[in-house]
Amino acid sequence: MSLILRDATYRYAGVGHPALTDISLEIVPGSVLAVVGANEAGKSTLCLLAAGLAPTTIGGELRGTVEIDGLATIGARPPELAQRCGILFQNAETQLSGTAATVWEEVAFGPRNLSLPLDEVVERTEAALSALGVEELAPRDPGRLSGGQAQLVALAAVLAMRPAYLVLDEPTSQLDPQGTQLVGSALQRLAQESGAGLLVVEHKTDLLASIAEECVVLADGKIVARGSAGDVLADPRLDEWGVEPPSTARIERAARSAGVQEPMLSALATRP
Amino acid sequence: MTDPLVEVRDLVFVYPGGVRALDGVDLQVQPGEKLAIIGQNGSGKSTLVRHFVGLLRATSGEVRVGGQPVGRRHVAELARTVGIAFQNPDRQIFAARVRDEVEFGPRNLGLRGAELQGRAAAALSAAGLEQRLDANPYDLGYSQRKLLGLASVLAMGTPLMVLDEPTTGQDARGVKRVEGLIDELAARGTTVVVISHDMRFVAETAARVVVMRAGRIVDDGPPESVFAEAHWPLLASTYLEPPLAARAGARLGLGSTPTDAALVARALEAGPRGVSRPG
Repeated sequence: MSLILRDATYRYAGVGHPALTDISLEIVPGSVLAVVGANEAGKSTLCLLAAGLAPTTIGGELRGTVEIDGLATIGARPPELAQRCGILFQNAETQLSGTAATVWEEVAFGPRNLSLPLDEVVERTEAALSALGVEELAPRDPGRLSGGQAQLVALAAVLAMRPAYLVLDEPTSQLDPQGTQLVGSALQRLAQESGAGLLVVEHKTDLLASIAEECVVLADGKIVARGSAGDVLADPRLDEWGVEPPSTARIERAARSAGVQEPMLSALATRP
Repeated sequence: MTDPLVEVRDLVFVYPGGVRALDGVDLQVQPGEKLAIIGQNGSGKSTLVRHFVGLLRATSGEVRVGGQPVGRRHVAELARTVGIAFQNPDRQIFAARVRDEVEFGPRNLGLRGAELQGRAAAALSAAGLEQRLDANPYDLGYSQRKLLGLASVLAMGTPLMVLDEPTTGQDARGVKRVEGLIDELAARGTTVVVISHDMRFVAETAARVVVMRAGRIVDDGPPESVFAEAHWPLLASTYLEPPLAARAGARLGLGSTPTDAALVARALEAGPRGVSRPG
Protein backbone atom coordinates (compact mmCIF):
# COMPACT_ATOMS: atom_id res chain seq x y z
CA MET A 1 0.00 0.00 0.00
CA SER A 2 1.29 3.41 -0.92
CA LEU A 3 0.48 6.57 -2.85
CA ILE A 4 1.79 6.02 -6.36
CA LEU A 5 2.14 8.27 -9.39
CA ARG A 6 2.84 6.33 -12.60
CA ASP A 7 4.02 8.18 -15.72
CA ALA A 8 1.79 11.05 -14.73
CA THR A 9 1.58 13.94 -17.18
CA TYR A 10 -0.77 16.73 -16.21
CA ARG A 11 -1.89 19.88 -17.95
CA TYR A 12 -4.09 22.60 -16.46
CA ALA A 13 -7.38 23.30 -18.23
CA GLY A 14 -6.87 25.71 -21.12
CA VAL A 15 -3.07 25.49 -21.07
CA GLY A 16 -1.23 23.98 -24.02
CA HIS A 17 1.90 22.61 -22.39
CA PRO A 18 1.90 20.19 -19.48
CA ALA A 19 2.84 21.47 -16.01
CA LEU A 20 4.22 18.01 -15.14
CA THR A 21 5.62 15.39 -17.48
CA ASP A 22 6.17 11.67 -16.89
CA ILE A 23 6.24 11.79 -13.11
CA SER A 24 6.64 8.46 -11.38
CA LEU A 25 7.08 8.36 -7.64
CA GLU A 26 5.88 6.58 -4.56
CA ILE A 27 4.96 7.95 -1.15
CA VAL A 28 5.53 5.09 1.27
CA PRO A 29 3.74 4.89 4.64
CA GLY A 30 6.06 5.78 7.51
CA SER A 31 8.46 7.84 5.40
CA VAL A 32 9.10 11.42 4.32
CA LEU A 33 9.70 12.20 0.65
CA ALA A 34 11.16 15.64 -0.03
CA VAL A 35 10.54 17.59 -3.22
CA VAL A 36 12.79 20.50 -4.17
CA GLY A 37 13.05 22.64 -7.27
CA ALA A 38 13.11 26.19 -8.58
CA ASN A 39 10.08 28.46 -8.62
CA GLU A 40 7.62 27.34 -11.30
CA ALA A 41 9.20 23.88 -11.53
CA GLY A 42 5.81 22.26 -10.86
CA LYS A 43 6.09 21.55 -7.12
CA SER A 44 2.68 22.91 -6.12
CA THR A 45 1.07 21.20 -9.10
CA LEU A 46 2.64 17.94 -7.95
CA CYS A 47 0.98 18.45 -4.55
CA LEU A 48 -2.43 18.98 -6.15
CA LEU A 49 -1.94 15.92 -8.32
CA ALA A 50 -0.74 13.62 -5.53
CA ALA A 51 -3.63 14.60 -3.26
CA GLY A 52 -6.08 14.01 -6.12
CA LEU A 53 -7.36 17.60 -6.29
CA ALA A 54 -5.99 17.71 -9.82
CA PRO A 55 -7.78 16.83 -12.00
CA THR A 56 -10.80 15.67 -9.93
CA THR A 57 -11.60 19.03 -8.34
CA ILE A 58 -9.73 21.64 -10.38
CA GLY A 59 -10.05 20.08 -13.84
CA GLY A 60 -7.30 19.73 -16.40
CA GLU A 61 -6.07 16.56 -18.04
CA LEU A 62 -4.10 13.69 -16.52
CA ARG A 63 -2.34 10.99 -18.51
CA GLY A 64 -0.89 8.14 -16.50
CA THR A 65 -2.29 7.25 -13.09
CA VAL A 66 -2.33 8.43 -9.51
CA GLU A 67 -3.44 5.85 -6.95
CA ILE A 68 -3.88 6.18 -3.21
CA ASP A 69 -3.75 2.69 -1.67
CA GLY A 70 -5.13 1.29 -4.88
CA LEU A 71 -7.85 3.93 -5.34
CA ALA A 72 -7.40 5.83 -8.63
CA THR A 73 -7.83 9.55 -7.95
CA ILE A 74 -9.64 10.03 -11.26
CA GLY A 75 -13.26 9.26 -10.67
CA ALA A 76 -12.91 9.15 -6.88
CA ARG A 77 -15.25 11.34 -4.86
CA PRO A 78 -13.62 14.26 -3.00
CA PRO A 79 -14.54 12.92 0.49
CA GLU A 80 -12.95 9.55 -0.34
CA LEU A 81 -9.77 11.35 -1.30
CA ALA A 82 -9.83 13.73 1.65
CA GLN A 83 -9.97 10.88 4.15
CA ARG A 84 -6.94 9.20 2.61
CA CYS A 85 -4.71 12.11 1.73
CA GLY A 86 -4.54 15.52 3.40
CA ILE A 87 -3.03 18.56 1.76
CA LEU A 88 -1.59 21.74 3.22
CA PHE A 89 -1.64 24.61 0.76
CA GLN A 90 1.21 27.02 0.32
CA ASN A 91 -0.94 29.95 1.35
CA ALA A 92 -2.37 29.09 4.78
CA GLU A 93 -5.00 31.77 4.58
CA THR A 94 -6.64 30.09 1.60
CA GLN A 95 -6.81 26.92 3.67
CA LEU A 96 -8.63 28.25 6.70
CA SER A 97 -12.36 27.75 6.35
CA GLY A 98 -13.40 31.31 7.18
CA THR A 99 -16.45 29.87 8.91
CA ALA A 100 -15.03 29.14 12.36
CA ALA A 101 -15.18 31.73 15.11
CA THR A 102 -12.22 30.28 17.01
CA VAL A 103 -9.06 28.40 16.20
CA TRP A 104 -10.38 25.46 18.22
CA GLU A 105 -13.47 25.18 16.00
CA GLU A 106 -11.34 25.59 12.88
CA VAL A 107 -9.23 22.59 13.83
CA ALA A 108 -12.29 20.59 14.95
CA PHE A 109 -14.05 21.30 11.64
CA GLY A 110 -12.45 18.37 9.78
CA PRO A 111 -12.92 15.65 12.43
CA ARG A 112 -16.51 16.83 12.95
CA ASN A 113 -17.20 16.28 9.28
CA LEU A 114 -15.95 12.73 9.62
CA SER A 115 -18.94 12.17 11.93
CA LEU A 116 -16.68 11.08 14.79
CA PRO A 117 -17.99 10.89 18.35
CA LEU A 118 -17.58 14.17 20.20
CA ASP A 119 -14.92 12.94 22.62
CA GLU A 120 -12.77 11.86 19.71
CA VAL A 121 -13.25 15.23 17.98
CA VAL A 122 -12.06 16.90 21.19
CA GLU A 123 -9.12 14.53 21.60
CA ARG A 124 -7.95 14.96 18.00
CA THR A 125 -8.32 18.73 18.08
CA GLU A 126 -6.34 19.09 21.27
CA ALA A 127 -3.67 16.62 20.17
CA ALA A 128 -3.18 18.49 16.88
CA LEU A 129 -2.93 21.90 18.58
CA SER A 130 -0.45 20.63 21.13
CA ALA A 131 1.68 18.77 18.56
CA LEU A 132 2.40 22.18 17.04
CA GLY A 133 2.64 24.07 20.31
CA VAL A 134 -0.32 26.35 19.57
CA GLU A 135 -2.76 25.36 22.34
CA GLU A 136 -2.84 28.95 23.53
CA LEU A 137 -4.28 30.08 20.18
CA ALA A 138 -7.40 27.93 20.69
CA PRO A 139 -9.77 30.77 21.67
CA ARG A 140 -8.42 33.21 19.03
CA ASP A 141 -10.21 34.37 15.88
CA PRO A 142 -8.59 32.51 12.92
CA GLY A 143 -8.92 35.67 10.83
CA ARG A 144 -6.69 37.63 13.19
CA LEU A 145 -3.61 35.45 13.34
CA SER A 146 -0.14 36.40 12.18
CA GLY A 147 1.05 34.71 8.97
CA GLY A 148 3.05 32.09 10.85
CA GLN A 149 0.31 31.39 13.37
CA ALA A 150 -2.17 30.91 10.52
CA GLN A 151 0.20 28.40 8.94
CA LEU A 152 0.47 26.39 12.16
CA VAL A 153 -3.30 26.40 12.64
CA ALA A 154 -3.90 25.28 9.05
CA LEU A 155 -1.44 22.43 9.58
CA ALA A 156 -3.09 21.48 12.88
CA ALA A 157 -6.44 21.30 11.06
CA VAL A 158 -4.93 18.88 8.54
CA LEU A 159 -3.24 16.78 11.25
CA ALA A 160 -6.56 16.45 13.10
CA MET A 161 -7.94 14.59 10.07
CA ARG A 162 -5.25 11.93 10.64
CA PRO A 163 -4.91 11.09 6.96
CA ALA A 164 -2.81 8.10 5.89
CA TYR A 165 -0.93 10.37 3.49
CA LEU A 166 -0.13 14.03 3.76
CA VAL A 167 1.07 16.41 1.08
CA LEU A 168 2.59 19.64 2.38
CA ASP A 169 3.39 22.62 0.16
CA GLU A 170 6.04 24.66 1.96
CA PRO A 171 4.66 24.01 5.43
CA THR A 172 7.21 26.26 7.16
CA SER A 173 7.46 29.17 4.71
CA GLN A 174 6.08 31.72 7.18
CA LEU A 175 7.51 30.22 10.34
CA ASP A 176 10.24 31.43 12.66
CA PRO A 177 13.14 29.03 13.26
CA GLN A 178 11.51 27.50 16.31
CA GLY A 179 8.21 26.99 14.51
CA THR A 180 10.14 25.41 11.65
CA GLN A 181 11.82 22.93 14.00
CA LEU A 182 8.55 22.19 15.74
CA VAL A 183 6.85 21.40 12.44
CA GLY A 184 9.85 19.35 11.36
CA SER A 185 9.71 17.16 14.43
CA ALA A 186 5.90 16.91 14.29
CA LEU A 187 6.15 15.65 10.70
CA GLN A 188 8.88 13.21 11.62
CA ARG A 189 6.76 11.83 14.48
CA LEU A 190 3.77 11.58 12.17
CA ALA A 191 5.75 9.37 9.80
CA GLN A 192 7.66 7.34 12.38
CA GLU A 193 5.03 6.89 15.08
CA SER A 194 1.73 7.13 13.21
CA GLY A 195 3.04 5.54 10.02
CA ALA A 196 1.81 8.32 7.72
CA GLY A 197 3.36 8.77 4.27
CA LEU A 198 4.49 12.35 3.70
CA LEU A 199 5.42 14.40 0.67
CA VAL A 200 7.03 17.68 1.68
CA VAL A 201 7.81 20.53 -0.72
CA GLU A 202 10.29 22.95 0.84
CA HIS A 203 12.97 25.48 -0.04
CA LYS A 204 14.52 25.02 3.42
CA THR A 205 16.99 22.28 2.59
CA ASP A 206 18.44 22.38 6.12
CA LEU A 207 15.07 21.16 7.37
CA LEU A 208 14.72 18.52 4.65
CA ALA A 209 18.20 17.18 5.33
CA SER A 210 17.09 16.43 8.88
CA ILE A 211 13.64 14.90 8.25
CA ALA A 212 13.49 13.30 4.78
CA GLU A 213 14.63 9.85 3.69
CA GLU A 214 14.23 10.33 -0.03
CA CYS A 215 14.38 13.44 -2.20
CA VAL A 216 13.37 14.26 -5.77
CA VAL A 217 14.35 17.36 -7.72
CA LEU A 218 11.85 18.90 -10.14
CA ALA A 219 12.87 21.14 -13.02
CA ASP A 220 10.49 22.33 -15.75
CA GLY A 221 7.86 19.81 -14.69
CA LYS A 222 10.16 16.79 -14.83
CA ILE A 223 12.05 14.80 -12.23
CA VAL A 224 15.75 15.48 -12.91
CA ALA A 225 17.25 13.74 -9.89
CA ARG A 226 16.17 11.38 -7.15
CA GLY A 227 17.77 9.36 -4.41
CA SER A 228 18.45 9.44 -0.70
CA ALA A 229 17.99 12.92 0.77
CA GLY A 230 21.64 12.93 1.87
CA ASP A 231 22.93 12.28 -1.66
CA VAL A 232 20.55 14.53 -3.54
CA LEU A 233 21.03 17.49 -1.19
CA ALA A 234 24.81 17.17 -1.60
CA ASP A 235 24.56 17.16 -5.41
CA PRO A 236 26.74 19.93 -6.91
CA ARG A 237 24.04 20.54 -9.55
CA LEU A 238 21.60 21.98 -6.96
CA ASP A 239 22.58 25.53 -7.99
CA GLU A 240 21.82 24.75 -11.60
CA TRP A 241 18.40 23.51 -10.56
CA GLY A 242 17.74 26.68 -8.59
CA VAL A 243 17.89 24.94 -5.21
CA GLU A 244 19.72 26.41 -2.24
CA PRO A 245 22.08 23.76 -0.81
CA PRO A 246 21.98 23.08 2.96
CA SER A 247 23.96 25.70 4.95
CA THR A 248 26.88 23.40 5.70
CA ALA A 249 27.37 22.58 2.02
CA ARG A 250 27.06 26.25 1.07
CA ILE A 251 29.66 27.35 3.62
CA GLU A 252 32.03 24.54 2.69
CA ARG A 253 31.83 25.51 -0.96
CA ALA A 254 32.46 29.20 -0.24
CA ALA A 255 35.41 28.33 2.00
CA ARG A 256 36.90 25.90 -0.49
CA SER A 257 36.73 28.34 -3.36
CA ALA A 258 38.30 31.06 -1.17
CA GLY A 259 41.23 28.70 -0.54
CA VAL A 260 40.57 27.70 3.08
CA GLN A 261 42.65 24.58 3.86
CA GLU A 262 42.14 21.51 6.04
CA PRO A 263 41.55 21.01 8.92
CA MET A 264 39.84 24.41 9.05
CA LEU A 265 37.78 23.52 6.00
CA SER A 266 36.15 20.48 7.61
CA ALA A 267 35.71 22.33 10.89
CA LEU A 268 33.72 25.04 9.10
CA ALA A 269 31.47 22.53 7.38
CA THR A 270 30.59 20.60 10.55
CA ARG A 271 27.12 21.29 11.89
CA PRO A 272 27.31 22.79 15.36
CA MET B 1 22.15 63.72 12.79
CA THR B 2 19.41 64.16 10.22
CA ASP B 3 15.76 63.99 11.16
CA PRO B 4 14.52 60.40 11.33
CA LEU B 5 12.28 59.26 8.50
CA VAL B 6 10.29 57.10 10.90
CA GLU B 7 9.89 57.90 14.54
CA VAL B 8 7.91 55.61 16.82
CA ARG B 9 7.32 56.63 20.42
CA ASP B 10 5.91 54.37 23.11
CA LEU B 11 3.61 52.71 20.61
CA VAL B 12 0.93 50.42 22.00
CA PHE B 13 -1.53 48.59 19.82
CA VAL B 14 -4.31 46.35 21.06
CA TYR B 15 -6.32 44.41 18.47
CA PRO B 16 -10.09 44.34 18.89
CA GLY B 17 -10.55 41.25 21.03
CA GLY B 18 -7.79 42.27 23.38
CA VAL B 19 -4.55 40.90 21.93
CA ARG B 20 -1.85 43.38 22.91
CA ALA B 21 0.34 43.14 19.79
CA LEU B 22 2.59 46.12 20.56
CA ASP B 23 3.51 46.92 24.11
CA GLY B 24 5.51 50.15 24.10
CA VAL B 25 7.74 50.29 21.02
CA ASP B 26 10.33 53.03 20.51
CA LEU B 27 12.16 53.12 17.18
CA GLN B 28 13.85 55.64 14.93
CA VAL B 29 14.75 54.90 11.34
CA GLN B 30 17.14 57.28 9.60
CA PRO B 31 16.87 58.05 5.88
CA GLY B 32 18.83 55.53 3.78
CA GLU B 33 18.95 52.80 6.43
CA LYS B 34 18.67 49.10 5.59
CA LEU B 35 16.85 47.75 8.59
CA ALA B 36 15.60 44.24 9.32
CA ILE B 37 13.01 43.36 11.95
CA ILE B 38 13.16 39.82 13.33
CA GLY B 39 11.25 38.00 16.06
CA GLN B 40 9.09 34.97 16.60
CA ASN B 41 5.70 34.53 14.93
CA GLY B 42 3.20 36.84 16.57
CA SER B 43 5.84 39.10 18.16
CA GLY B 44 4.33 42.19 16.49
CA LYS B 45 6.57 42.74 13.45
CA SER B 46 3.82 43.08 10.85
CA THR B 47 1.63 45.03 13.26
CA LEU B 48 4.45 47.54 13.80
CA VAL B 49 5.11 48.25 10.11
CA ARG B 50 1.41 48.59 9.35
CA HIS B 51 1.49 51.69 11.52
CA PHE B 52 4.05 53.25 9.16
CA VAL B 53 1.46 53.31 6.36
CA GLY B 54 -1.51 54.25 8.48
CA LEU B 55 -3.18 50.85 8.03
CA LEU B 56 -3.46 50.60 11.78
CA ARG B 57 -3.96 53.47 14.19
CA ALA B 58 -2.06 53.44 17.47
CA THR B 59 -3.99 52.58 20.62
CA SER B 60 -1.57 54.93 22.35
CA GLY B 61 1.80 56.45 21.59
CA GLU B 62 2.84 58.10 18.35
CA VAL B 63 4.17 57.26 14.90
CA ARG B 64 5.72 59.97 12.73
CA VAL B 65 6.78 59.48 9.15
CA GLY B 66 8.72 62.28 7.47
CA GLY B 67 8.34 64.35 10.62
CA GLN B 68 4.55 64.28 10.67
CA PRO B 69 2.22 62.18 12.79
CA VAL B 70 0.78 59.36 10.66
CA GLY B 71 -2.61 59.67 12.32
CA ARG B 72 -3.15 63.11 10.85
CA ARG B 73 -2.07 62.27 7.31
CA HIS B 74 -4.21 60.98 4.47
CA VAL B 75 -3.52 57.42 3.42
CA ALA B 76 -3.26 58.70 -0.18
CA GLU B 77 -0.63 61.20 0.81
CA LEU B 78 1.26 58.68 2.95
CA ALA B 79 1.39 56.40 -0.09
CA ARG B 80 3.82 58.86 -1.69
CA THR B 81 6.22 58.36 1.20
CA VAL B 82 5.80 54.74 2.23
CA GLY B 83 5.30 51.62 0.12
CA ILE B 84 4.50 48.29 1.69
CA ALA B 85 4.68 44.83 0.12
CA PHE B 86 2.52 42.48 2.15
CA GLN B 87 3.50 39.08 3.39
CA ASN B 88 0.60 37.58 1.44
CA PRO B 89 0.67 38.91 -2.15
CA ASP B 90 -2.97 37.90 -2.65
CA ARG B 91 -3.98 40.62 -0.20
CA GLN B 92 -2.43 43.11 -2.55
CA ILE B 93 -2.95 41.99 -6.14
CA PHE B 94 -6.21 42.91 -7.84
CA ALA B 95 -5.58 43.72 -11.52
CA ALA B 96 -6.26 41.33 -14.42
CA ARG B 97 -2.87 41.89 -16.07
CA VAL B 98 0.63 42.06 -14.61
CA ARG B 99 1.27 45.34 -16.41
CA ASP B 100 -1.88 46.99 -15.00
CA GLU B 101 -1.03 45.84 -11.50
CA VAL B 102 2.35 47.55 -11.60
CA GLU B 103 1.11 50.70 -13.35
CA PHE B 104 -1.76 51.22 -10.93
CA GLY B 105 0.31 52.83 -8.18
CA PRO B 106 2.36 55.29 -10.23
CA ARG B 107 -0.74 56.17 -12.29
CA ASN B 108 -2.44 57.21 -9.09
CA LEU B 109 0.58 59.35 -8.30
CA GLY B 110 -0.27 61.23 -11.52
CA LEU B 111 2.32 59.68 -13.82
CA ARG B 112 1.37 59.18 -17.48
CA GLY B 113 2.88 58.17 -20.82
CA ALA B 114 6.57 57.38 -21.15
CA GLU B 115 7.33 58.18 -17.52
CA LEU B 116 4.66 55.79 -16.27
CA GLN B 117 5.76 53.02 -18.61
CA GLY B 118 9.41 53.54 -17.80
CA ARG B 119 8.74 53.28 -14.09
CA ALA B 120 6.67 50.11 -14.53
CA ALA B 121 9.15 48.52 -16.93
CA ALA B 122 12.07 49.12 -14.58
CA ALA B 123 10.19 47.60 -11.64
CA LEU B 124 9.08 44.59 -13.66
CA SER B 125 12.54 43.88 -14.95
CA ALA B 126 14.00 44.20 -11.44
CA ALA B 127 11.48 41.55 -10.39
CA GLY B 128 12.26 39.39 -13.44
CA LEU B 129 8.69 39.60 -14.76
CA GLU B 130 9.33 41.45 -18.03
CA GLN B 131 8.25 38.40 -20.05
CA ARG B 132 4.90 38.15 -18.27
CA LEU B 133 3.44 41.62 -18.91
CA ASP B 134 0.11 40.42 -20.24
CA ALA B 135 -0.30 37.41 -17.95
CA ASN B 136 -3.11 37.31 -15.44
CA PRO B 137 -1.45 37.57 -12.01
CA TYR B 138 -3.41 34.54 -10.84
CA ASP B 139 -1.86 32.43 -13.59
CA LEU B 140 1.52 33.09 -11.96
CA GLY B 141 2.85 30.81 -9.24
CA TYR B 142 2.96 32.03 -5.64
CA SER B 143 6.63 33.04 -5.79
CA GLN B 144 6.05 35.13 -8.91
CA ARG B 145 2.94 36.75 -7.43
CA LYS B 146 5.13 37.64 -4.50
CA LEU B 147 7.68 39.26 -6.84
CA LEU B 148 4.81 41.06 -8.59
CA GLY B 149 3.74 42.47 -5.22
CA LEU B 150 7.29 43.75 -4.74
CA ALA B 151 7.41 45.22 -8.26
CA SER B 152 4.17 47.14 -7.71
CA VAL B 153 5.56 48.75 -4.60
CA LEU B 154 8.91 49.39 -6.27
CA ALA B 155 7.16 51.23 -9.09
CA MET B 156 5.81 53.74 -6.56
CA GLY B 157 9.37 54.99 -6.01
CA THR B 158 8.64 55.90 -2.40
CA PRO B 159 11.49 57.04 -0.13
CA LEU B 160 10.55 54.31 2.38
CA MET B 161 9.90 50.71 1.36
CA VAL B 162 8.58 48.12 3.78
CA LEU B 163 8.92 44.49 2.70
CA ASP B 164 7.11 41.96 4.87
CA GLU B 165 8.84 38.59 4.45
CA PRO B 166 9.89 39.15 0.84
CA THR B 167 11.75 35.83 0.51
CA THR B 168 9.08 33.35 1.62
CA GLY B 169 8.30 30.89 -1.15
CA GLN B 170 11.32 32.02 -3.18
CA ASP B 171 13.89 29.59 -4.52
CA ALA B 172 17.64 30.29 -4.41
CA ARG B 173 17.48 32.58 -7.46
CA GLY B 174 14.40 34.35 -6.15
CA VAL B 175 16.14 35.09 -2.85
CA LYS B 176 19.17 36.48 -4.75
CA ARG B 177 16.84 38.61 -6.84
CA VAL B 178 15.25 40.06 -3.71
CA GLU B 179 18.71 40.71 -2.25
CA GLY B 180 19.73 42.48 -5.45
CA LEU B 181 16.55 44.50 -5.43
CA ILE B 182 17.17 45.71 -1.89
CA ASP B 183 20.78 46.65 -2.71
CA GLU B 184 19.54 48.61 -5.69
CA LEU B 185 16.97 50.45 -3.58
CA ALA B 186 19.60 51.25 -0.99
CA ALA B 187 21.97 52.53 -3.69
CA ARG B 188 19.19 54.93 -4.75
CA GLY B 189 18.98 56.20 -1.18
CA THR B 190 15.67 54.48 -0.45
CA THR B 191 15.13 53.50 3.16
CA VAL B 192 14.32 49.81 3.39
CA VAL B 193 12.62 48.05 6.29
CA VAL B 194 12.40 44.30 5.84
CA ILE B 195 10.73 41.67 8.02
CA SER B 196 12.16 38.18 7.76
CA HIS B 197 12.60 34.83 9.48
CA ASP B 198 15.50 33.95 7.23
CA MET B 199 18.49 34.77 9.42
CA ARG B 200 21.03 34.21 6.65
CA PHE B 201 19.15 36.66 4.42
CA VAL B 202 18.92 39.18 7.27
CA ALA B 203 22.64 38.96 8.04
CA GLU B 204 23.52 39.35 4.35
CA THR B 205 21.12 42.19 3.62
CA ALA B 206 20.58 44.42 6.64
CA ALA B 207 22.95 46.97 8.13
CA ARG B 208 20.85 47.13 11.29
CA VAL B 209 18.75 44.43 12.95
CA VAL B 210 15.91 45.05 15.39
CA VAL B 211 14.76 42.08 17.49
CA MET B 212 11.16 41.95 18.74
CA ARG B 213 9.67 39.83 21.48
CA ALA B 214 6.08 39.93 22.70
CA GLY B 215 5.37 43.39 21.30
CA ARG B 216 8.60 45.05 22.41
CA ILE B 217 12.03 45.73 20.93
CA VAL B 218 14.61 43.75 22.90
CA ASP B 219 17.75 44.25 20.80
CA ASP B 220 18.93 46.66 18.13
CA GLY B 221 22.28 46.80 16.36
CA PRO B 222 24.34 45.70 13.35
CA PRO B 223 24.29 41.96 12.48
CA GLU B 224 27.79 41.56 14.00
CA SER B 225 26.35 42.57 17.35
CA VAL B 226 22.85 41.07 17.27
CA PHE B 227 24.16 37.67 16.10
CA ALA B 228 27.26 37.71 18.36
CA GLU B 229 27.53 34.85 20.83
CA ALA B 230 26.81 37.05 23.85
CA HIS B 231 23.40 37.88 22.34
CA TRP B 232 22.34 34.29 21.65
CA PRO B 233 20.39 33.87 24.91
CA LEU B 234 18.39 36.96 23.97
CA LEU B 235 17.73 35.54 20.49
CA ALA B 236 16.74 32.21 22.01
CA SER B 237 14.27 34.00 24.28
CA THR B 238 12.36 35.01 21.16
CA TYR B 239 12.89 31.57 19.59
CA LEU B 240 15.44 32.67 17.02
CA GLU B 241 18.81 31.24 16.30
CA PRO B 242 21.76 32.95 14.59
CA PRO B 243 22.74 32.00 11.04
CA LEU B 244 24.95 28.92 10.70
CA ALA B 245 27.94 31.12 9.76
CA ALA B 246 27.67 32.92 13.13
CA ARG B 247 27.44 29.62 15.01
CA ALA B 248 30.41 28.17 13.14
CA GLY B 249 32.49 31.31 13.76
CA ALA B 250 31.79 31.27 17.49
CA ARG B 251 32.42 27.55 17.81
CA LEU B 252 35.81 27.88 16.12
CA GLY B 253 36.80 31.01 18.06
CA LEU B 254 36.76 33.20 14.95
CA GLY B 255 34.66 35.97 16.51
CA SER B 256 31.31 37.29 15.31
CA THR B 257 30.81 36.18 11.70
CA PRO B 258 27.15 36.61 10.78
CA THR B 259 27.68 36.06 7.04
CA ASP B 260 29.34 33.29 5.03
CA ALA B 261 31.74 35.88 3.61
CA ALA B 262 32.78 37.11 7.08
CA LEU B 263 33.27 33.54 8.28
CA VAL B 264 35.40 32.57 5.29
CA ALA B 265 37.49 35.75 5.58
CA ARG B 266 38.22 35.10 9.28
CA ALA B 267 38.99 31.46 8.57
CA LEU B 268 41.51 32.50 5.93
CA GLU B 269 43.15 34.96 8.34
CA ALA B 270 43.35 32.30 11.03
CA GLY B 271 45.05 29.85 8.66
CA PRO B 272 44.46 26.10 8.33
CA ARG B 273 45.42 25.32 11.94
CA GLY B 274 43.80 28.38 13.46
CA VAL B 275 41.01 26.37 15.01
CA SER B 276 41.16 27.55 18.59
CA ARG B 277 38.01 25.74 19.70
CA PRO B 278 37.80 22.72 17.44
CA GLY B 279 34.28 21.36 17.34
